[in-house]
Amino acid sequence: MGNITNKEPYQQAYYPPAPTGFTRFMRTCVLWQLWRFVSINIKMIKLLSRSHH
Amino acid sequence: MSRIVILGAGISGHTAARYLNKWVGKEHEIIVVAPNSKWNWIPSNIWVGVGQMTEKDVTFDLAELYGKTNVDFRQAKAVSVHPDGSADSAKPFVTVEYTKADKAGVVENISYDYLINATGPKLNFGATEGLGPDHGHTVSVCTYGHAKEANEKLQECIAAMKKGERKTVVIGTGHGMCTCQGAAFEYIYNVDHVLREAGVRNMARIVWISNEYELGDFGMGGVHIKRGGYITNGKTFAESLMVERGIEWITRAHVKKVEAGKIHYETLDGTFHELDFDFSMLIPPFAGVGLKAFSKVEEDITAQMFLPNGFMKVDADYTPRPFMEWSAKDWPRTYQTPTHRNIFAIGIAFAVPHLISKPMQSANGTPINPTAPRTGMPSAAMAKAVAMSIRDMLNGAEKPTHTASMAEMGAACVASTGSHILKGTAATMTVFPVVPDYEKYPEFGRDIDLTFGEIGLAGHWMKYLLHHTFIYQAKLRPGWSLLPD
Repeated sequence: MGNITNKEPYQQAYYPPAPTGFTRFMRTCVLWQLWRFVSINIKMIKLLSRSHH
Repeated sequence: MSRIVILGAGISGHTAARYLNKWVGKEHEIIVVAPNSKWNWIPSNIWVGVGQMTEKDVTFDLAELYGKTNVDFRQAKAVSVHPDGSADSAKPFVTVEYTKADKAGVVENISYDYLINATGPKLNFGATEGLGPDHGHTVSVCTYGHAKEANEKLQECIAAMKKGERKTVVIGTGHGMCTCQGAAFEYIYNVDHVLREAGVRNMARIVWISNEYELGDFGMGGVHIKRGGYITNGKTFAESLMVERGIEWITRAHVKKVEAGKIHYETLDGTFHELDFDFSMLIPPFAGVGLKAFSKVEEDITAQMFLPNGFMKVDADYTPRPFMEWSAKDWPRTYQTPTHRNIFAIGIAFAVPHLISKPMQSANGTPINPTAPRTGMPSAAMAKAVAMSIRDMLNGAEKPTHTASMAEMGAACVASTGSHILKGTAATMTVFPVVPDYEKYPEFGRDIDLTFGEIGLAGHWMKYLLHHTFIYQAKLRPGWSLLPD
């Protein structure tokens, strides 16, 4: 068998979007994530306040 | 003085107990009946299942905690409900059988003025031959004991991989009618993470298997979220996460049988398959705990109070209708039973009116669809609503005063995918409402602002915050009632 120089398409892993390097960096960028932490907390508080009747 | 009996001390039962204790504990009697001696923060069992937490991190002793309150704790399992009393008793009562070692097997009738059924599910491993840790070949993370055992088997697997053996890890749902995909979803990422930490990820094939029609269904028919200028189905992100971590997936699957090292499953197209495994964690289907109900003349009225799956009927609309006629209005709001104004069922114990995901059947007639999830946040919200209603009814209200419909409340799921304080990440997902309401939100059935998902370190911090906050709250530490449920 010769060297594999191509990639099999049409497989399960072929279609979903893959995160770019920038997206992956931002996932653990502390400053950005601190902002996301505040933002997620605000959304959760909003969600909780609308869940109790 | 009235007596309130709460069956179960899980998330919903304990939430109801702590609020009732706070509001009416000095004037009225509160009895909690639960078969286990410990309270368990179940969402964190995932971390026990990969060795990052221990039993003591996710549990505490119920008798010790309730001993500091006005709650009378009985370590026993509920056997039957007698909502109209009996020939010997004018008052309604429940029959319980003690499970605590020094009274094991002793049966007692406990009368009540108000009853809250919060018994949770029976883990129905028996529905699939060979499923589960007790009589089968797979592990579970549904209890802390199961999770501990899962970790022991996982560590054996890791040790073998370190010696150069290749292993197949299969995680997902163990039956076509399972719910709780979220727990398995979180577990698979944690297993992936610990294998990477151990330096053996390249020795493992990791496979997801579930009864979802598409990844990201989670028993809620999937969600739509705003991302990158589009409103996209959660399937896209669930698949992306799997691909990023090199995990394969099988969906639309009903696990029929598990043998040592081999899973037999059927898919929605009616074909049958086999999948070899070395380590497998499959969630079992849930059923009611098997409570019976009897009339005053000892006639069996279980079928009047419970659905055939063992869950208790409440104020939902159980009229069978085609999927396209399902409505948010079908879902219960007060959790009061239609037959008895003093009985409520909350958490997993109440009978849902129907699935949330679309019902599907294989070509052979096998149902393969996720059943409706009832996670911690909705369970706590309905418990608090019922506690408020009972408090008000004790003060003279004619009917329940508070509601907590799953079609009017949100839920959050934070699935950690790595535990480092600066490098760990988690997928955070919220939905509002849990049950889509297409009359209120015609396009996607949900509020797109409050239904969102993202991956990052912030989610990991959230997960830790939630773990410590909820355990702090459950332990009734100072200021617990100021914290959100």
